[in-house]
Amino acid sequence: MSQWVLSGLKAGIKTSRYPRHREDAPGVTPGLPRARALGSPLSEEDLRLIDRCPTGALMRQGERIGVDPRRCVHCFRCAVEGLNAMPWEPSYEWAAATGSGSGSLGHPFSRSVNIRVVDAGDCGACLHEVKQLANPYYNLHRLGFFFTPTPRQADILVVVGPGADQMRSALEKTLAAMPTPRVVIAVGTCALSGGVFGPSFTCSDGVGSIVPVDIEVPGNPPPPLAILHALLLATGRARSAAWRPGSNGLAEEPLAGDAERNP
Amino acid sequence: MTLTASIPEQWSTRLETLEFRHGVGYEVECRPDALRELCNWIADTLGYAFAGLIVEQAAHEWELRYLFHATELPGWVHVIVRAGRAYGRLPSISDLIHAADWPEREAEDLFGLIFEGHPRLGDFVLHDDVWQEGVAPMRKEFDALARAIARAPNTNWRPDRIVHAPGAFGMPVGPVYSGAAESAHFLLETVGEDVIRALPRFFYKYRAVEKIAEGRRAEDALLLAERINGLTAFAHGLACAQALEAIGGLEPPPRGATLRVFLAELERLRHHVGAIQEICESTALAVAAAEAGVLEEELLRLSGALTGHRYLFGLSACGGLARDLPDAELAATVVRARAILERLESLEHRLVRTSSFLDRLEEVGLVTEEEARAFSLVGPIARASGLVRDLRKAQPYCGYAAFRFDVPMEAEGDGYARLRVLFAEARQSLSLMTQALDRLPEGPVRVPEAQERSTAMPQKAGAALGWTEAPLGAALHWVRIDERGMIVRYRIIPPSFVNWHAFYLAAEAFAFQDFPIILATFGLSVSENDR
Repeated sequence: MSQWVLSGLKAGIKTSRYPRHREDAPGVTPGLPRARALGSPLSEEDLRLIDRCPTGALMRQGERIGVDPRRCVHCFRCAVEGLNAMPWEPSYEWAAATGSGSGSLGHPFSRSVNIRVVDAGDCGACLHEVKQLANPYYNLHRLGFFFTPTPRQADILVVVGPGADQMRSALEKTLAAMPTPRVVIAVGTCALSGGVFGPSFTCSDGVGSIVPVDIEVPGNPPPPLAILHALLLATGRARSAAWRPGSNGLAEEPLAGDAERNP
Repeated sequence: MTLTASIPEQWSTRLETLEFRHGVGYEVECRPDALRELCNWIADTLGYAFAGLIVEQAAHEWELRYLFHATELPGWVHVIVRAGRAYGRLPSISDLIHAADWPEREAEDLFGLIFEGHPRLGDFVLHDDVWQEGVAPMRKEFDALARAIARAPNTNWRPDRIVHAPGAFGMPVGPVYSGAAESAHFLLETVGEDVIRALPRFFYKYRAVEKIAEGRRAEDALLLAERINGLTAFAHGLACAQALEAIGGLEPPPRGATLRVFLAELERLRHHVGAIQEICESTALAVAAAEAGVLEEELLRLSGALTGHRYLFGLSACGGLARDLPDAELAATVVRARAILERLESLEHRLVRTSSFLDRLEEVGLVTEEEARAFSLVGPIARASGLVRDLRKAQPYCGYAAFRFDVPMEAEGDGYARLRVLFAEARQSLSLMTQALDRLPEGPVRVPEAQERSTAMPQKAGAALGWTEAPLGAALHWVRIDERGMIVRYRIIPPSFVNWHAFYLAAEAFAFQDFPIILATFGLSVSENDR
């Protein structure tokens, strides 16, 4: 057994320095398209670009092509279009408070927070990125977060997947079993808008129609750092991203603000 | 032995048609009364393996397609049988070919077909506590987008208890369980320590991918294909793209095909490292789990840096790849992947010398070769039970025939054998990536027609089967499109649907505390099973 102790020590520290420092290792995020001005005069190409988005995440907003991060599935169809491609921003601080619920657990919970994860029809990728938080590279324990197998001890409910009907009752029961105060985080495009799956006869247009969502994390899947940002936001240790969840009216500069550090 | 030469005399009157089509294999159409005998003969005498069932609704009839494939011979056998719409009854073949058990239950639930002689129909995909009996969502007349369907479910539904010995009790696991696990339910029945029955219940995550695909543009089927199992997205996207290419008669250019091999093997390597991580974690060997986790995250980052997406979403395209990847970065990826593999081998070296770890895996979760054959298992699980099935060898695609690689095989069928297969396949994947890089030609990655119209698909009606050996095993995608390029039918037969069927074999007769370990050594996806 001693070999494990030795090899563990030899491996050294891999953990990201986020949130104190920016993480910019390559491949930590798929990025999102950034809103940009329409060509002037208005080009055919720009309109076709909007039309090519399979989930309606691109839209015309006055003189701009707006981006709804709640719908983007990273299909890259708007990024490989040649000269008029949408610019991609390798950001990850995407979590935003919906403003409907409490939104934050407040100070007493900021260093010991238990998380219950429920899969409501996820393809496996979002769930996997949630699990990656326990990976040495992200190590959520250092920030006082822990996964718990029971809703009775949970402060945060993380929901992935679009909200499949046959998971509805399990999801409702899990939330009902959680003590208050509590925060519900919807993780991933499917959980926010149904993604490529919903709405349909057996699937919601996001988990917001089943449980009240306090924080939304876009991404398909959101990278671990985006989910970590949501957890920090839930405990009042990070600032919400600039886009407005729950509406199609996007903020002026959606998804800017990664460079700012939070207190 | 060709099928045409060996087809018995006595059936000539009962077969409607028998033809061989290049690139497809045999299509045999028979009358319903000959179905059982014919399927049994193909499986039993000729030794073909049952691969899946495809149900299609034509104007006035049902068309059922039973797929078989051989381990050695290339090509598929499609046994086609038709039944009148009004009648909708067919003989069940599941008592002869056990692997057809779940496909028949699924077709009964979703299409409302009746398989006469099947012992257990109902409450499979559509749960009785959510839906009333008699709903058949896969029928064309059923509206996929109507949210408000009046439901009268059976609220008194309880799981079936099978064990009724004195002191017997059931231990329900799921659908929400463990730290972060996919939603599935297992009812473990016991009289004490050992699990006597392990009855699974799936489809909590049923999103009706096959149904909602209908009427969408063919290229949007790729989005769904990538998202039926996010962890093996590229393999599923590739299978779907190959089906579309077969319909349109498109051949991806050499660079596109070679890059497909590269990416598919990168995905397999990453997937297997993740599966190894889960096994280490299930045995509570924390340092090994952390080390494997580090390697997995590095492979995810490597994929992300190379392609833009950590899970390779958005790369599959009909006619090749959605975008080209620079040679220099591909070479750098191989160098880094080799360094990761070396560390993985060091981990393996220590794991196989850790007796407390091996004790949890050896002779636990057994699946014999005979069972694997009866359930027609696929992928690493079949190969760990001595059943060598690999579509890259048996039905080569993407030019795999020109690559040198072994298909690792173990005979024991226990958890340790499955772990060894994962390690051996990871090595083969790196070798394949290296070979792909060495022979990577210049040129476009996508057929020019498809490139120009970028959204366009073959504007030609038809249906075809696409297949890949996904990290979890054979992934089959059957696509039918109309002349406008819209999906008429999209049938997905994922490896997990086939392999979960046999999971209870491994879980039964072992102790409770082995259950999570057996679950991890199977390493299957619930999402692609539920679809």
